[in-house]
Formats: sequence, C-alpha cells, structure tokens
Amino acid sequence: MRKLALTDDILMKIEKPARYIGNEVNSVMKDKTKVDIRFAMCFPDVYEIGMSHLGIQILYDMFNRREDVWCERVYSPWTDLDAVMREKKIPLFALESQDPIKNFDFLGITIQYEMCYTNILQILDLSGIPIKTKDRTEEDPIVIGGGPCTYNPEPLADFFDLFYMGEGETVYDELLDLYKKNKAAGGSRWDFLEMAAEVEGIYIPSFYDVEYKEDGTILSFTPNNVHAKENIKKQVVMDMSSAPYPEKPVVPFIKATQDRVVLEIQRGCIRGCRFCQAGMLYRPTREKDVEVLKDYAYKMLKNTGHEEISLSSLSSSDYSHLKELVTFLIDEFKSKGINISLPSLRIDAFSLDVMGQVQDIRKSSLTFAPEAGSQRMRDVINKGLTEEIILDGAGQAFEGGWNKVKLYFMLGLPTETEDDMRAIPELADKIARRYYEIPKDQRNGKCQITTSTSFFIPKPFTPFQWARMYTNEEYISRAAIVKHAFNDQLNRKSLKYNWHDAEVTVLEGVFARGDRKTSAVIEEAYRLGCLYDSWSDQFDNNKWMQAFENTGLDIAFYNHRERSLDEVFPWDFIDIGVTKDFLKREWNHAMNAEVTPNCRMKCSGCGVAKWKGGVCIESKN
Amino acid sequence: MKARIKFRKYGVMRFIGHLDVMRFFQKAIRRAEIPIAFTSGYSPHMIMSFAQPLGVGVTSDGEYFDIELTEAIASEQAVAQLNAVMVEGIEVTGFREISSDKKASGMTIVAAADYKVTQPQTFQHAEDIRVLSAKWKDSVCAFMKEPQIIVWKKTKRSEKEVDIKPMIYDMHAEDDGIFLFLATGSEQNLKPDLVMEAFLRFIGENPEEVPLHFHRLEVYAKNPESAGGTTKNDFISLEDLGKDIVTT
Repeated sequence: MRKLALTDDILMKIEKPARYIGNEVNSVMKDKTKVDIRFAMCFPDVYEIGMSHLGIQILYDMFNRREDVWCERVYSPWTDLDAVMREKKIPLFALESQDPIKNFDFLGITIQYEMCYTNILQILDLSGIPIKTKDRTEEDPIVIGGGPCTYNPEPLADFFDLFYMGEGETVYDELLDLYKKNKAAGGSRWDFLEMAAEVEGIYIPSFYDVEYKEDGTILSFTPNNVHAKENIKKQVVMDMSSAPYPEKPVVPFIKATQDRVVLEIQRGCIRGCRFCQAGMLYRPTREKDVEVLKDYAYKMLKNTGHEEISLSSLSSSDYSHLKELVTFLIDEFKSKGINISLPSLRIDAFSLDVMGQVQDIRKSSLTFAPEAGSQRMRDVINKGLTEEIILDGAGQAFEGGWNKVKLYFMLGLPTETEDDMRAIPELADKIARRYYEIPKDQRNGKCQITTSTSFFIPKPFTPFQWARMYTNEEYISRAAIVKHAFNDQLNRKSLKYNWHDAEVTVLEGVFARGDRKTSAVIEEAYRLGCLYDSWSDQFDNNKWMQAFENTGLDIAFYNHRERSLDEVFPWDFIDIGVTKDFLKREWNHAMNAEVTPNCRMKCSGCGVAKWKGGVCIESKN
Repeated sequence: MKARIKFRKYGVMRFIGHLDVMRFFQKAIRRAEIPIAFTSGYSPHMIMSFAQPLGVGVTSDGEYFDIELTEAIASEQAVAQLNAVMVEGIEVTGFREISSDKKASGMTIVAAADYKVTQPQTFQHAEDIRVLSAKWKDSVCAFMKEPQIIVWKKTKRSEKEVDIKPMIYDMHAEDDGIFLFLATGSEQNLKPDLVMEAFLRFIGENPEEVPLHFHRLEVYAKNPESAGGTTKNDFISLEDLGKDIVTT
C-alpha cells in the first residue's frame, strides 16, 4: 500500500483530504527506481481548479508515455493545509509517489493567470526550493514555467530557471533527452541550462541583462551568455490531428470544475479581436480532423466514465466540421445518458436546434459577448458582431422559447466615451424590447437580460499592447455610469447588471505588462501574506498596496501611460510569429475604428503564414 | 432486474467521503459497461441507491448499493468487469440479484450493522494498532452491565439525552479490538463513535485523547423469519437477501 505524505490526524482535520491523496483513476504509477527523470507538473491553484486544466493533462500523458520519465502532479495546498505544513515542517509532495518535490529533477509550473503569482512562490517555499533561481543549488529541481503568462515572463524572471515558450508538444522531448544526457555525463545544473538555451523556444532569464532608461523604460535587453539566443521563437504544433492527446485523462474523486471529457477541436482563432491575447498567441488557427475527434470521444468516455462531454476551442462556431461533430455526439451518446455540453456558439438555426436538443430551454440561457455597446467601439476592437446580428439571434431564440440572455462587455477600452458606456444598457434594453414584441400569449413570462462588465486589460502581443489603463476610482466611476444608465431604460425591470471589482484589474494590468522590477512586488506581497489572490475571499488589496509602497514601485508607470510606438517592451525578445508591424497596423486601424477581415475572408499578413499551416493554407490546397 | 453490489473500502480510500464514493461508482459503472437503467426525462440519471453512508476515515468490508439493470449480467462477470476499473482501496465483492419488490430493495431495509473498533498506537496511522488491554476488556463487560447508557445525542433540531443501551445489540472485547453490533437505519440509528465516546467516559478517559479506528464489518436487514429479537440470527446481511446471477 502507498504511504501518504500526510498523517491521518492531518487528513481528518483539513477540508477535502481527497485533494492530497492521489490514487485517482488513470493516474500513473511507476517504479521510481526504473526511471531516469522525475517531473513534477504543477498548476499553482487548488486541486479542483488545477485538475480541470487541459494543458496539464496533455503533458502528463505525453511525458508518461516515455518509459524513462515519471511525471506526477502537484497543486497548491489550500490555506488550511498550508498552515499545518508550515507548522509541522512537512515538505510539499507530489500526489502519485507522495515524495517531496525537492527530490524531483524538474518542477514544471503552468502559469495561466497573473493572480496565481504568489501561489507560485508558495509552491517553491513549501517545497524547500529557494524562491530565487540564483540561490538554487545542484540539490534543487530545475524550475520551468509554461503557459500563456510566459509570453511576458519578466515579472517572474527571478523565480524560474527557464521558460518554455509555446505549445508543449514540440520540444519537451528534446529538453528531457538533453537533461538525461547531461546527468549521465555528470554535468552540472549550469551545464544543463547552457544546453537548454540552445533549444528553440527555451528562455533562460538569468542569461540576459536588462538596462533601463532614466524614465524607467527599457534601454536594452541583451544576452550575457554565448549560448543564449537573441530571440526566442514560440513553439507551435502544425499537425493537430496527430499531436499527443490523452485517451485516459485522470478522473478526480472530488468534483473538479471541469468534471467532463474535453475534446479540443482546434487551436487558434480566425477573428482577430484586438483585445484578445489568445487570438494572437495561438495563430494560425489549426483544426483537428473530425474523424480523429470522434474516435477520441469514444475512447475518453469509455476510459473515464464521465457523464458529460464538451468541446474546447476559441470561437467554436468557426470549426468547419462543427455541425457534423455535434450531430455525431448527440446521436451517439445522448441515449446513453451522456450530456453534451455545448461551447458558446453563434446563434443561428443550427445552434438553436442543437441547444434545444441538449438543454432545457426554460432553464438555459443564451450568451452573447458583444464586448462593447456601440458599433463604433466594436469596430475599434474588431469584434465583428453587429447589433442586427445580436437582435436577430435573440429574436430567433425568443421565438424558440428561450427567455434568458447573458451579455458580456468590457469597460475601459481604448477611445471609450460616455456614449459608448451608455450604449451597453441601451443594447440590453433593445434585446428586451425584441422579446416583448412577441404577443403575450406566445411568450414565456418576463425575460431576463443579465449584463456583466469586466475592465479591459491590455495584454502583450495584442494590438492594444500600447494602450493605457485607468485607476481603480476611474473604473468604478465608469461602471457607475453604466449602472445609472440601466435605471433609465424602458425595460429596466427585466435587466440585471453585474460588474467586477477593479482592484484585481489594476494588479493584473501591472503584471501583464510588467518588467523584471515587478518581481520584487510579488515577492514582497507573498512575504506580507498574499496567497490565492484569484479567490475574492482571500484577496487582500491592502497588502498588495503595501507591497508596492515597500518596494517603491509605481502602479502609474505600468498602467497609466500610453506607450509610444518605439518603446522597447519587456517581451519584445519573444517571437510569436505575429509581427510587431502587424500589431502596430492594427493599433492604427483601431484608432480609426477600421475593421480588419477575419483570416478566412482575407489574409492580413500578420506573419504566421511563414509556418505554412492551418488556416493560412486552407484555400490554397 | 435489480442488482445489489457489495464492496470493500480500505486504505487511502477511507478519506473519500460518501458523496464522492457515489460519484466514483457512477463513473465506474460506465467504465465497466454494466447495463444499468436510467431514469427518463430531460437529464436522465442512473437508477442507483446507496445504503448507510460511511463516515470519512472509516473502513468497511460491507458497503452496498442497489442498481436497476436493463438486462441480466452474470454475477461473476459483473464483479470481474467492475474490479478491472477500480482503484486501490475499493474492491467489489458481490453482485447479486435482489427482489424487485419495493420493500426488499432500496435502503430503507437497513436495520443493523456491526463494527470492529481498534486502537491505533497514535492518531497518525490507523493501521498501526495495539492489543486491547486487560483493563479495557474488563471495562467492556462492566459497561454492558449498566442498566442505562445515557448520552447527549444531536439531532437536526436539538440536542437531547438518550439511553443508547437498547440500541447496542452486542458489544464485546476481542484481542485486537472491540466488536459492536448496533441498531442502524432509518428507524433507529446508533453511530459507533457515539458508543465509544460513552465507553471512554465510563472508564474515565478523555475521548479526544484516545485514537480509535472504526471498521464496518457488515450491514443487515431484519431477518424475515425472525420473531423480532436483537440477536445475530434475527438479522440477515444485505448480501444474503440476494442471489447470484447466472446467465447461460
């Protein structure tokens, strides 16, 4: 029997002990004496969140296919266990072997959102690994980061030995082989890092020096090691259909956020919304073969026993075989008691038909993400959704029996005026009016239009990377304008408005575009006790503000400046395929409220066509 | 056709709560391709009902749930198919047909359960147990000779004094622990930890300072042939109410 890292008295005292015992269906056990590399894969948030992440499941499966590697999982201990581990000096352990992370060769951390940064420090701290890469020795695992936030890795540069830029399926094998070779040859940690620096897509922050101008912006970013490359090229998988994908994902005992089979149908998005980082990072759009997906659906449902299957991608309506795939899933699995969970789809006759088949119309709601209230603003952000399309879609759905609509918008977008803000409630009201056009005896009571706004955060590698942000107070006053305008609407009783807090937005803004200097704030915030900052009940803005004060960093420098077009950004050394010239063109188009057609309509020359794959070669076959 | 599944819960699986064990079996039944029936309606779910929930930390040799089958499957085959998709810590030990009579199925029939209570050396490891002391052995006899055993019992609404003695059908000391046979189910329900708490207070020990491990041995219904007593013969295990399925 496996010996657990935590004793019975601890497990009986903490919330959800199942988070820490491993043993789940499809988790992989190996003989640790028979592998060469032990890899701990970490999602720095609580188990139920981390277990829902597709990327880790893909890499876990891919690594464990190798006989010489045992990849295990580790998540952030919840605050109750965190306190016990500190008090009793219990080192953080991996779920499968229950062995301390400190004994592993690698600790790989996926970095999905900025507000997990203090949790990364918790993982290192509880593992007994020095927080800063410069303090680590031959006894410590190599700490490697990946995921969307690594496209600006600089706020975390002090904490990671290396970063993997791009999709994990491509050069990990090469990296692991090098590690093995170096270990066998008796090479040091430093030797390995120098070897790794030669691998495409691998960035070793300590091999670069940054110099700053007097105004605080970057003067130069230069390699200080002969092995380090000038530019780091993002890694992309060109053949999605044959890329590794788990047929037997791990099935948690406790309910995870994503408690279902997830089929990734495509990567990338053709739309080119100017605020969207994923839409730029994952170019070009690459589809998976529909027959391959059908086969995965069978195998994954059989191997997990899940009662639900869902599709994952950006803008799923653009998947060219969507109709065939959804029809297949319904025909094949619905009679077996499997729920088909649909992604948010463009509203048309087809999507209403399948929604009617798989959901209870009275309970389910329609979702639109116009992102901006006025047509002018939607043109600025290049969101190709018009009022006509929204009202027409909503109308069709209302006539089909739906009466609940959810709307998502952003506030604080570049060039936003009060008119743009007021256009949000006006659009919600027009949708309600469309509902009440249906004769009373043919409609299903009142309608419910729920509007949510979040605050826009400019992200690296988007056309809006030059945009400024605002203060907490300014954000709240913008939400208040929207709130007041809701009260003026004819159908205000059918309209509901929710807005997000702005404190977290401000911090996300700093770290999304922050430089190396901001790592001091993260370390200080952690020292002051910040943890689980993405959890509203744990988040403590006062401590964060204290951390800025203690480190002398100025939020305004990061958030309130509109950056000049020739500014050197902390992330400029990364080559994501999309050129800075294209982003500049798009920024200028945005300022003139000019739309850019999507990739299927017309190529706009963003730069990724050089890879000759996906949507870039679709019509040219 | 209705079937009753019996399983063991041991090792690290004792930390998985009742609701999560239910979820585990819903998925396991799909993986094992057991021909289970679903309810009709918009969101069909498996026809499945669990007996007497087991507390977190407790192990068991006698856990049960009943399911509705769409077609017969041989007991031996069903057990093999289920065990092929289990995890360490859960083992299916029986798969039997039960009467489709509402009164015989469902879990309202549960009337008693027996337990083995062991004394781990420390609170840290339940498996590392000590031999029962002579003092404890003697005290168990004395405890059971009490005319009444009054405890504070929490109900949903209030807390009240209850005499649990009539609900303890048997309690005796064995070399490796204390055996308990207790009223269980919807009519009368006595949890083993409440008995042990009363016992520890009786011998002057602080229940919070004494590590104990509870292991459920079996769950019983009233024996239809019994005149209504509370001896072992007046009860029948849930498993024995069913019969093995043999298909040709």
